[in-house]
Amino acid sequence: MKELRYIAPVALPTTGSLGKTGAWRVMKPVINYDKCIKCMFCWLYCPEGSISEEEGCPVIDYDYCKGCGICAEECPAKAIEMVREA
Amino acid sequence: MGIKVLTGNWAAAYGAKLARVNFISAYPITPQTPIIEKLADFVDKGELKAKLVRVESEHSAMAAVIGAAAVGARAFTATSAQGLFYMYEMIWWAAGARLPIVMGIVTRALAPPWSIWTDHADFLALRDSGWILLFAKNAQEILDTIIQAYKIAENEDVMLPVAVGWDAFIASHTAEPVDVPDQEVVDAYLPEKRSFSHMLDVENPFSLGNLAFPDNYMEYRWLIDAAMASARKVIMEVDREYDRFFGRSYGGLLEKYRCEDANIVVVMMGAASGDGMDAVDALREKGYRVGLCRIRAVRPFPVDEIRELCRNVDAVLVIDRDISFGLGGILASEVKAALYDFKKPSIFNIIAGLGGRDIDAELVEKLILKVCDVLEGRAEMEEVEWVGVKPEVLYYE
Repeated sequence: MKELRYIAPVALPTTGSLGKTGAWRVMKPVINYDKCIKCMFCWLYCPEGSISEEEGCPVIDYDYCKGCGICAEECPAKAIEMVREA
Repeated sequence: MGIKVLTGNWAAAYGAKLARVNFISAYPITPQTPIIEKLADFVDKGELKAKLVRVESEHSAMAAVIGAAAVGARAFTATSAQGLFYMYEMIWWAAGARLPIVMGIVTRALAPPWSIWTDHADFLALRDSGWILLFAKNAQEILDTIIQAYKIAENEDVMLPVAVGWDAFIASHTAEPVDVPDQEVVDAYLPEKRSFSHMLDVENPFSLGNLAFPDNYMEYRWLIDAAMASARKVIMEVDREYDRFFGRSYGGLLEKYRCEDANIVVVMMGAASGDGMDAVDALREKGYRVGLCRIRAVRPFPVDEIRELCRNVDAVLVIDRDISFGLGGILASEVKAALYDFKKPSIFNIIAGLGGRDIDAELVEKLILKVCDVLEGRAEMEEVEWVGVKPEVLYYE
């Protein structure tokens, strides 16, 4: 008998299962690392998990960032600027 | 533990306690509330080790129970009527996510006009949701069925939520002697809940209940239907096994009462079936060949059993404590669908007892005698007939 997969709809986390959603972006968040206080609020608030930590600094993955601007809104140091995509 | 005098609702609480539920969430609504009050009392006294989560609505109660079941808890909730409908979205979610939750539904008529008394409209609204639907007739059966329900729900070939229904006040608030089983025997009958493949686990993260495109939605609905088919057998086995452990069983999907050699079979569900059985007894005394079939499982529906039962029957009288407006009684529709193209006895449908109006033995006896008259050509009957509709409520003098 064949082995049954999951009986309930289950999704295993994979990066980019919907394609490169960064292409949806109209406004792009740009981090000014001179102002960044490395509090990682942007990492915490990003609803897409598109911000990761590298050597203590937040780094945005523009392949999947949809440009919602929540990181810029929540940044206590006002270190993230929303820039219109070219 | 022996015999205790319990209402149907307290029997349900004892059933959940004996099943060792470890998660409860519910919102108060008449006539359900005493179940959760009693469970809260058990938790407070340390007699039941369970997390009891108070919520602001039934929608949240079902959501909480879904979350708990998804991480492996044995979860319980209960509600009635408007509360059930407030959680309706989450009800479908529980079945779609294949979570073995058990819910008590104390049936109550829907508003408006407001009513707190029984009919089966609320319970039957779950018909197509993927829940297994069992209906009990008295306090003893409520306790026993709650315990059975976990064994059915958690069976690996089933993995579906189970709703256990019983009638407002007639069953829920009437105290009866109930044989409360010993915990050790229940533990032997109902083992601890096992883990299952789609149980959420932080060590192996995935999301449950996500989006499915047209390419793979249908398969999950097919799986629910297949699980329902398995549930037919499991419900029968679980009930038979219950008999071996506790000396009680209920016929699995349906209870047959004096149906052998019957030429008229009455189909009923819930507490009033007891009155129906009294009517059958009275008529049997007078020589009538009449029996009663009490529907215990609405889903999965006992199609084969009803066909077998009606093989040599002249007439079936379905007394529905519900109405599907624009069609007729819901149980009658199901019985007709089961019998169509098989062997067709005459099927009569009575709508009675809505909003808690009594269905007593005298009424059932009168209805059966009317069917006898119809069979012998002395009377006529509509395909669907309401009984007891009062002109004085409808019209001015």
